[in-house]
Amino acid sequence: MRISIDGLCMSFGGMRVLDGFCFDDEVSTLAVIGPSGGGKSTLLRILGGLQKPTCGTVRVDGVSVEYDERTLPAYRAQLGYVFQQGGLFAHMSALDNIVVPLCQVHGFTKEDAQGRALELLERFGLAESAAKLPAQLSGGQQQRVAIARAVAPRPKLLLLDEPTSALDPVYTNEVLDLIDDLRQDGMRFIIVTHEMGFARNACEKCAFLADGKLSEYGCSSELFGNPQSPKLQGFLARLLEWR
Amino acid sequence: MRNPFIASRDDEPSKGKIALNYLIVCLIVLAVFWVALGVIGYRLDYSFVWNVSGRIVDGFILTLQVSAVSLVFSLLLGALVAAGKGSRVLPLRYLCDLYVKIIRGTPLIMQIYLFFYIVGTAVGVDDRFVSGVLILSVFEGAYIAEIIRGSLLSIDGTQRDAARAVGFTRVQTLRFVIVPQMVARTLPALTGQFASIVKDSSLLSLISVIELTQTMREISAANFQLFECYILLGLLYLLITLPLEAVGHFFEKRFDFAH
Repeated sequence: MRISIDGLCMSFGGMRVLDGFCFDDEVSTLAVIGPSGGGKSTLLRILGGLQKPTCGTVRVDGVSVEYDERTLPAYRAQLGYVFQQGGLFAHMSALDNIVVPLCQVHGFTKEDAQGRALELLERFGLAESAAKLPAQLSGGQQQRVAIARAVAPRPKLLLLDEPTSALDPVYTNEVLDLIDDLRQDGMRFIIVTHEMGFARNACEKCAFLADGKLSEYGCSSELFGNPQSPKLQGFLARLLEWR
Repeated sequence: MRNPFIASRDDEPSKGKIALNYLIVCLIVLAVFWVALGVIGYRLDYSFVWNVSGRIVDGFILTLQVSAVSLVFSLLLGALVAAGKGSRVLPLRYLCDLYVKIIRGTPLIMQIYLFFYIVGTAVGVDDRFVSGVLILSVFEGAYIAEIIRGSLLSIDGTQRDAARAVGFTRVQTLRFVIVPQMVARTLPALTGQFASIVKDSSLLSLISVIELTQTMREISAANFQLFECYILLGLLYLLITLPLEAVGHFFEKRFDFAH
């Protein structure tokens, strides 16, 4: 899937979060890393059609994304989106969280939707949690349900916004293992993450985002093994300080 | 160890403990009244109730009717005003804001007189039931608007984001996410507000709506048994408000999906 981004800017109340971001490449599995406040989540929200950029264009497989509330729901429906936390509908069971969008957005019949949802919940080790409300699930279970909901309609691309940053190490591994499973099934995704081991070993490409710009980009092994810019070198050195 | 009057900090007391202690508290309250009546040398005499029971029942039913109809209208008004307060049309937004400020900032008794004798007379509404319902609806609508607005604002932004992310349209977001969560949040508070409407409706006695309070005032004015009448009045209101409190509590538990 080709993603082309040109001159993307995003300002919040005079604060420039993205500042002329450009990108053009085939994406299969991409990690977006960088310092906090560098614009990673904002970039993902714009890509996911959740935020209208101040200026610039986004094209997916050559088709320009129109940031118009009438056309955006159809665009968003082609993607799967996983939030940092709290993305499940709080009043719906784990099962309904998956079933309702399948029925209402993707035109599944109730039986088909339930079948698909149960199949995924079972695969993700959540069969017994199907009837539970999000608040009754652990953080790791919630994120796995969120991923199940995102992949249930078989999206073209999965967008994951720091899906493990609110989890403890055990749950983090649960969720990362699951994403890696999906990758092996051929799921394409872009993940914003602070898990450098995952970015390096499970993602084909990696983008380093700093000061609202694409600071460095390339194959993950190359980027981590041989960082070019002083910024990325400094960033990685700081991360390794306590390892 | 197992002191029947002390609850542990962590656990709910047992049903038996609750019943025992509640009973004791009720007996104490009754005893205080009893002693007070004894001190002023008054003997309660309820023999008059038989003769006026029909009027009391009528008043009771009218109170329920006024409250129920007012609840419906104040809900409609409250929802509209809550929506209006978030409107992008500024005159509308500030009109709603001003309405809530004035209604919540002034006593109901002043509003009743003002509406009934000035606005009501000018517009030509002279049916006391209709006036009563209108005044009460306008009054409670401001409170309900705040309840609805509050619960709308308390819905986490990520819930809206998630709704958009799964591809819901605006209408679907409202239908499947916002409204169900709002109903869950507002129902307990609305039940409490209904209890307030029931109590506030007593002030309509000022414009001679013959509801429960006005009925009792009339009866006590004739037989001078003020104490008996007002104690009975209180018990009859409790007959409505206590079950409502239980219903509110039930809703709170039923819709508590956050825990």
